[in-house]
Amino acid sequence: MRQTSIIDIISPVMAGPSSSHTAGAVRLGLLARNVYNTKPDKVTFKLYNSYALTGKGHGTDKGLLAGILGFSVADERIKNVFGTPEANNINYEFEFLEDFNRHPNAVDFIFEGGLKMSVSGTSIGAGEIVLTKINGFSVNLDGKYNTLLLVYDDMPGVISNVTGIIQEDNVNIASLHCDRSAKGKTASMCICVDGELSKNCLQEISDLKDMYIVRYIKKLED
Amino acid sequence: MENTITTFRQLYYTCKETNKKIYEAALDYEASKGENTEYKVRLQAKKSLDAMKSAIKTGLCSTESSPSGLSGNDCDKLQKRFKDYGAILGSTAQKIMTYTLATSEQNLRMGTIVACPTAGSCGIVPAVLIAYAEDYNITENDQINALITAGEIGRIVSVKMALAGAVGGCQAECGVASAMASAALTQMRGGNIKQIINASALVLKNVLGLTCDPVCGLVEIPCVKRNSFLAIHAVTASELAMANIISKIPADEIVDAMEQTGKLMSPLLKESSQGGLAKTKTAIALEKNILG
Ligand code: SF4
Repeated sequence: MRQTSIIDIISPVMAGPSSSHTAGAVRLGLLARNVYNTKPDKVTFKLYNSYALTGKGHGTDKGLLAGILGFSVADERIKNVFGTPEANNINYEFEFLEDFNRHPNAVDFIFEGGLKMSVSGTSIGAGEIVLTKINGFSVNLDGKYNTLLLVYDDMPGVISNVTGIIQEDNVNIASLHCDRSAKGKTASMCICVDGELSKNCLQEISDLKDMYIVRYIKKLED
Repeated sequence: MENTITTFRQLYYTCKETNKKIYEAALDYEASKGENTEYKVRLQAKKSLDAMKSAIKTGLCSTESSPSGLSGNDCDKLQKRFKDYGAILGSTAQKIMTYTLATSEQNLRMGTIVACPTAGSCGIVPAVLIAYAEDYNITENDQINALITAGEIGRIVSVKMALAGAVGGCQAECGVASAMASAALTQMRGGNIKQIINASALVLKNVLGLTCDPVCGLVEIPCVKRNSFLAIHAVTASELAMANIISKIPADEIVDAMEQTGKLMSPLLKESSQGGLAKTKTAIALEKNILG
């Protein structure tokens, strides 16, 4: 069962014309930007299905790019984002695809630069979004919580080590989501927390053995 | 409060047992889930209400056309007509129709609006709420209460069904917006819990099957004008509900029917612009002209 709040229903204040295709696109871009966490050299946007078919008309391409550049959903510059200095500062490309195994409003971000990373997401309506995959690992990020994303060598005890460190930081865990490629291989963990993790706590987790990716993904502003 | 509120039935009984209005029960429930204190919800409602008012104000004075060139001056036309000939439905209905177009046209100019619940349906709730509030001197606090009431109706529908044209067709967007507007209006008119829920139910029952087939894939045709139609639809439902006319099918079952209808609807009619209005001869010609 879906849990939404009244706030989701009577907001956001946003630049039109479509909540799923414009505001949702901006929010997907913003959250993907938080995941990548540094300025990419190039971003390839792969739009699927309804996002591909009607995306241009709804400004979905503009919204996705605006999000990657850090513009908020109400930013008046979204309309003319392709002409902004910020947009001229990175390379980007759009692909429009069809794949009915994917959600009607699906997108992949392919980041290139110091690190290559792919992030997949969907816009589920009323401006609400969810990131579903990062580098092939299934995740469940809706931007409503500060989230710690870990990719690491799958070994017994990692989960309890990590949650122990978070507990010592006095931060409450709202949810925990794990996935792994195969037994004993790489695994991923998404931990949504209430409140903020401290620098020390993040450092301690990064110092654990065989951590490949440690990302603290900030929640999206309302 | 421990009980969850995920259906209209639960909402009704929670209000009855605690002797609370819908917006009060809704605020309690939000607070009980953790993050959204009453203060936070009221603050967002006020922010949204202010943004709604300013979208109407800007929209009323603009004739800027949409990027496609397909629309942008309908609100102006309607205002000119009403200057000479009042609406047969009366002055508040006249205002509602004008305000809806003002907001919806702002939306397609990529102007700032409030998605309520979505951007395509952004004209409906503000027009009904604000036009009535102006004409009947409703205080700002009561407008906020009405908006929260509307939000609660939308939230309950969204528990069962995503509010997106691509998932449920336009019944899930303009249809739900109309149900929300009807609830807000009935709240401001002093309707009781039963009347408010009935108003929403009557709206939803009469939008079942509404497809989403926007021409050229733009939130423009039929969306802009549809906002006006469904705003008046909300008024009709409120009038019937205030007369204690009951929807024989309960609200929750209507939502079930709506969810099922959304599933049965062909993907060609759900925001993909591959069927219906979007594939008419004229639409195809427009597509060639506009999208090249
Ligand atoms: S027709 Fe489709 S795009 Fe237009 S308002 Fe309705 S659901 Fe939104």
